[in-house]
Amino acid sequence: MSTGTDSSHEITLGVNGTARRVRVPGRRLLSDCLRHDLGLTGTHVGCEHGVCGCCTVLLDGRPVRSCLMLAVTADGHEITTVEGLAGPDGMSPVQRAFGESHALQCGFCTPGFLCTVTALLEENPAPTDEEVLEGISGNLCRCTGYQNIVKAVHRAAELRAEES
Amino acid sequence: MKPPPFEYHAPRDLGEALEILAGAGPRGKVLAGGQSLIPMLNMRIAAPDHLVDINRLGALSSIDAGPGGVTVGALARHAEVERAAPHPLMVQALRLVAHPVIRNRGTVVGSLVHADPAAELPAVLAVLDGSVRLARRAPGASGLPDGVVTRDVPAGAFFTGPMESAAEPGELAVSAFFPALPPRTGTAFREIARRHGDYALAGVCAVVTLDEDLHISAARVGCVGVGPVPVVVDVTEACERRPAATVPWQRVAGAVRERAEPDGDVHASAAYRLHLIGVLAEQAVKDAAREAAG
Repeated sequence: MSTGTDSSHEITLGVNGTARRVRVPGRRLLSDCLRHDLGLTGTHVGCEHGVCGCCTVLLDGRPVRSCLMLAVTADGHEITTVEGLAGPDGMSPVQRAFGESHALQCGFCTPGFLCTVTALLEENPAPTDEEVLEGISGNLCRCTGYQNIVKAVHRAAELRAEES
Repeated sequence: MKPPPFEYHAPRDLGEALEILAGAGPRGKVLAGGQSLIPMLNMRIAAPDHLVDINRLGALSSIDAGPGGVTVGALARHAEVERAAPHPLMVQALRLVAHPVIRNRGTVVGSLVHADPAAELPAVLAVLDGSVRLARRAPGASGLPDGVVTRDVPAGAFFTGPMESAAEPGELAVSAFFPALPPRTGTAFREIARRHGDYALAGVCAVVTLDEDLHISAARVGCVGVGPVPVVVDVTEACERRPAATVPWQRVAGAVRERAEPDGDVHASAAYRLHLIGVLAEQAVKDAAREAAG
């Protein structure tokens, strides 16, 4: 049995462009901090050991598993959740492409896919099929069979190119 | 699926980190990328009293490529090393480590200290004869502040068992050294996994050096998933100093299988892993020889 005292820590997270101060125990996962402490329930929690990818958020612009990171470790960093992907003019190209291409059914995995794909296209604006598969390989979807998700990634790349 | 309680420490420099680790002893655990440790905490496989988060020790994120080899600091993430591409075999291995999103957080040195016998990077360190630098606090002589002492542990002595390394309580792995390749040398990494990004059922990395006539003058393989620690086999003799086209591959595969001691589990039987390791060794040595020939 652990005898750790688990005292709480005051941290500041930049979440979707806003500085949020929050007091958390050392063991609070970033995913739980976002959902429970900050009320941002768009970040979904599936497996809690890094396999399913549902809890993926952007940490300083790079996709990471929020269930595999302590909230205290994220102190002082910038986090983008699915709630922060839309711009002032509405949904982002990736979000619209997922809608257009029917790249979701139940939607549970979608926030993780949207964050992963947003970062993927940021780094590689015109990925090949193979690069898309590699890029989304860490996100599981139990409904779609992935075909429409792959289509949506290519469609999002088109939308981004048209709108830039 | 939440971590058990622990005392969280966020040291700002190496001295402070080593002091906390020295005080925590066997009840302390280092948190770097956390891509293996946090699942273990979530599943309550690990329950340290003290968690020492080294993510604020920015000095440990360096990747230094010199003529002799590459030194990777404890905070260099898989993805950063993959992008910096300081060593061909490291890049080949890193592409096989989990998924890109995991590689954004996971660290190279963390993978070594975690010492999973199914992981790629321990085999890379072993086949290259690299080393890990361990630091601990050294009490200062009377009146002097505490210092830091380090020791370099060669890969052959670093991996001591499944998920066990030579790092002792109170020690922090601060960097790892991957030796550079000699001229006319090629490398390759081949593995078979049930699903993309999963741990491999078996895997082989190879380092092959050719002589001026393009005959194989040295060949070593590092095997993954066929023993409690990475298994390194020198197959130079089995290659009979021939060019790759006429190497007796059955002999190479046999030499590797002789040294492998795989276990069977729900994913694959021991016999299948033994078969795989020979096939993968042949493929990896062929790939590496082709790369060496340029």
